[in-house]
Amino acid sequence: MKKRVMALMCALSTAGAIAALLVIPRVVFGQGEVRQPGAKYDFDFKGEKPAPAPRRDISGVWEPAAGAGAGVNANGAQQMPSDGKPEHELPYTAEGRAAFLSHKPTFGVTMVPSALTNDPMPGCDPQGFPRVVLHNFRTSRILQTPENVVILYEFNKKWRTIWTDRQLPKEFDEPRWWGYSVGRWTDDYTFVAESAGFDDRTWLDNAGRPHSDAMRVREEYKRADRDHLVMTIVVDDPKYYSKPWTALILPMRLQAPSFDIREMECSPSETALYNKLFANPAAGIEP
Amino acid sequence: MEVSMWKTLVTLFALVAGLFVASRPAAAHHGAAAFENDPAKRLVLKGTVAEWIWANPHTFLQFEVKGEDGKAVRWVVEASNPPDMQNRGWTKQSFKAGDEVTVTVRPVKSGRPVGSIIQVQFADGHVLSAVGGGGNEPAPARP
Repeated sequence: MKKRVMALMCALSTAGAIAALLVIPRVVFGQGEVRQPGAKYDFDFKGEKPAPAPRRDISGVWEPAAGAGAGVNANGAQQMPSDGKPEHELPYTAEGRAAFLSHKPTFGVTMVPSALTNDPMPGCDPQGFPRVVLHNFRTSRILQTPENVVILYEFNKKWRTIWTDRQLPKEFDEPRWWGYSVGRWTDDYTFVAESAGFDDRTWLDNAGRPHSDAMRVREEYKRADRDHLVMTIVVDDPKYYSKPWTALILPMRLQAPSFDIREMECSPSETALYNKLFANPAAGIEP
Repeated sequence: MEVSMWKTLVTLFALVAGLFVASRPAAAHHGAAAFENDPAKRLVLKGTVAEWIWANPHTFLQFEVKGEDGKAVRWVVEASNPPDMQNRGWTKQSFKAGDEVTVTVRPVKSGRPVGSIIQVQFADGHVLSAVGGGGNEPAPARP
């Protein structure tokens, strides 16, 4: 009898440990079942059988399907975080590696305290594309018109246009923080955009990964069913990377058309106060 | 024998879970390099709220902690940005000046009275957590 009790306790303990290890990262570290008030996620509809996808339609309000934090990648691109693991080492060229090492991010293997960073974003310089999705994808609204697809992003309240009535220019006289984007339907449920003409002052992600002015970004939106859209981002920058690499694969869930996207702005005056009262003392910098 | 084995199992579980937690970066904060990441170095501070600043890039709380010498030390502790904190049930009105609070803090390495918030317990016993989820509510109707 004692042996059976011990075996039961042992089994329960092991199951508890496994369950806890599965639950801990979801509860503690900003991923998983974290809810934006009023939003709905896949964990609300376990076992659902979604309706079929509408044809040639990616419009709507979209939220990361796995939870409010599932689109926030503080440690670098979701598919290739800056964590020192060999499988996440990017295929840098010599020029690309030098650019990376010149950056001082606040996250990743080369992180420094906030007060010592040269990240353009905290000072409210534009984070640009694709950083807006590789670092901090939050609730976004996609609008479709006959001429373009417009995406309104919550993070720092930004927007961009993907033109559908023209070709990508061969040359760009005016590099842009957000690049120049054109898109087309490759089938009834897949919209693909190509972007180029970037200003190389932006970073690719929150871990200081760089890009050059030669970067091209492939952005795919696959409408899996009525409620889901999967965004995939591939970076192709022959100056800084020896081959294209996939940075993000993010399933998103459709929200109600009336969903109110919150305000999230980069405010220079608020940032200055934060630096004065918090970031500088945190780094040991005297006032 | 049973007690001893049970203790071993509990210790083993705690060790594994502890190692797992300690090895994970805190993903929600604005720059992790300045902080003491060892959970054993966390501080639990009792004090009085001076100001709650609901701003970007991050929210932060200023509160006064009385030392053994009777002198007050002003602590400044950050949480995440306003939308992330809303997701955890915090609001711009979560604190008012004069609130008595007990704050669990991850301090900075520089030794300054600065850190990041793990959780805040109020005088009435309710707790706001600055990490993980919270504020879960029933799913709204489908569009």
